[in-house]
Amino acid sequence: MTRARPIILGAVGVLLIGALWELYKAIAPATGVVIGGVTVLPRSSDLAMPHIATMFLRLGQPVLGDPGSPPLWLAVLQAAGFTLGIAAVSWVIGVVVGMLLAILMQRFRTAESALAPWVILSQTVPIIALAPLVSGFGSQIPGWQDWMSVAVIASYLAFFPVSIGALRGLSSPEVAHVELLHSYAVGWWKTLVRLRLPASVPYLVPALRLAAASAVIGTVVAEVSIGLEGGVGRMMIEFASASSGDPAKPFGPIFGAIAIGLVSAGIVALLGLFLRRYRRSEATS
Amino acid sequence: MTDAVTVSAVGKTFAVANRGTVVALEDINLVVAPGEFVSLIGPSGCGKSTLLRLIADLDQPSTGTLSVFGKTARQARTDQDYGIAFQQAGLLAWRTVAENVELPLQLHRVAKPTRRARVAELLELVGLTDFADRYPDQLSGGMQQRVAIARSLAESPGLLLMDEPFGALDEMTRERMQNELVRIRHETGAAVVFVTHSIPEAVFLSDRVVVMSPRPGRIVDVVSVELGGERGDEVREASAFFARVSAVREALHGAPAKGVRGVENR
Ligand SMILES: Nc1ncnc2c1ncn2[C@@H]1O[C@H](COP(=O)(O)OP(=O)(O)OP(=O)(O)O)[C@@H](O)[C@H]1O
Ligand SMILES: [Mg+2]
Repeated sequence: MTRARPIILGAVGVLLIGALWELYKAIAPATGVVIGGVTVLPRSSDLAMPHIATMFLRLGQPVLGDPGSPPLWLAVLQAAGFTLGIAAVSWVIGVVVGMLLAILMQRFRTAESALAPWVILSQTVPIIALAPLVSGFGSQIPGWQDWMSVAVIASYLAFFPVSIGALRGLSSPEVAHVELLHSYAVGWWKTLVRLRLPASVPYLVPALRLAAASAVIGTVVAEVSIGLEGGVGRMMIEFASASSGDPAKPFGPIFGAIAIGLVSAGIVALLGLFLRRYRRSEATS
Repeated sequence: MTDAVTVSAVGKTFAVANRGTVVALEDINLVVAPGEFVSLIGPSGCGKSTLLRLIADLDQPSTGTLSVFGKTARQARTDQDYGIAFQQAGLLAWRTVAENVELPLQLHRVAKPTRRARVAELLELVGLTDFADRYPDQLSGGMQQRVAIARSLAESPGLLLMDEPFGALDEMTRERMQNELVRIRHETGAAVVFVTHSIPEAVFLSDRVVVMSPRPGRIVDVVSVELGGERGDEVREASAFFARVSAVREALHGAPAKGVRGVENR
């Protein structure tokens, strides 16, 4: 019961959004509300806001009109798998880099004061600005491919929550525990492995979840900025521009992106389950 | 035989931000023989914990010298000559009872079968064999404290340092733990430096009770207890016991302290 609760609530939330969408379509004027030339409420015509049923029906139909074209859901699924793969790579890079930064900052106070502002500033650089830089650098490396640029750019978003969460977690052990290990005359490495890392898990799991969300968003946006074909990012742009007569089509890749988000969140939740022995303090305090 | 602990003319001064300095200890001289049980008692802030921490090399003295089994405190810590238990059990929440007791052995690369056997032995000693696979949050405070004591005994140290290990326990558990400590100490033959706020506890456990006074922290008296080796609950009713309790109490009150707050007379 307690386990099913969040799932039920989540499903209710999704249904509610769908209901609001249809409700707005039903009551708002098709041309929207424009006051003094400014659109206050969006248009609710079928072109701007297709029915939810239409969106799902569209998933079953072929991508293009010509025979032999695969159904939309299959194309979306393939694109989503492609994007998920890149997002996974960027998540791993982000987690590794974030952990290393956190360990460095925890180990050396000077490193913390030197690095922390840059870590925070780094997140104010927009991906759009980053994309040409990364692909420019990458093109000088033999064998470099565009998907790698996308992974690197997305990991740039993913490392941030990990480094912040891990730093808090690594610094979380009580003085008494640190002194206990000191009394055992063990060094920094063993203290890290036996005390700091296990103690950081309750802080790390939410950070990993945030990193997964950032990795997915980063991958989709970077696919667009780099112009990488094959993922849902590019697919959204393509369908949106080419399908003014097919308004339900762009929602295919949007659903794809949502599915990626759900799957990645599920994977992190599974990871949290494996680490539950280190999360006992979450349950008790 | 070298003494377990030798403290000569030790002083400790802390620098406090914006407040100058605090003299926590001044001219402390103390010798603890091998196998001897010595309690430190005195009002809050008289430097008991500080003295224990100096012996444990968790802090360094400002003046004077300190040796543990004839070595520097640092060397003794590196050689793992002592086991330590604090007021808070300080167990690692993600480790089971057995794994917590195992921690020092694991950190010092003791072979796994040896480790297992030793942990079983220690859990038997503190009566927690049935709880080996529980996690600390599933134990009562008294049980956690026993795990911490088992852990401090893991490497059979010649010296045990204990800072109010029973401070957070109820009176009944506390007396039972005291009985156990007397027994454990006789089985292991370790010297003990024991910090407490309770006069009866100090008298019941110790060969000698060191009475301290604050500001600056000094030793004002040392009361020899001489109630015999293996003590049981009957000692708590003996007149010799009460005589010693009174002696310690007088030493405490006679101390030129501005009050003896923080000392329980129970
Ligand atoms: N790290 C520190 N920095 C500054 N002052 C300290 C520090 N540690 C202890 N002191 C001071 O030294 C004095 C002795 O402290 P200590 O903790 O040894 O007392 P105690 O006898 O153990 O007291 P209690 O019975 O309350 O535990 C106190 O005045 C305390 O404020
Ligand atoms: Mg103290």
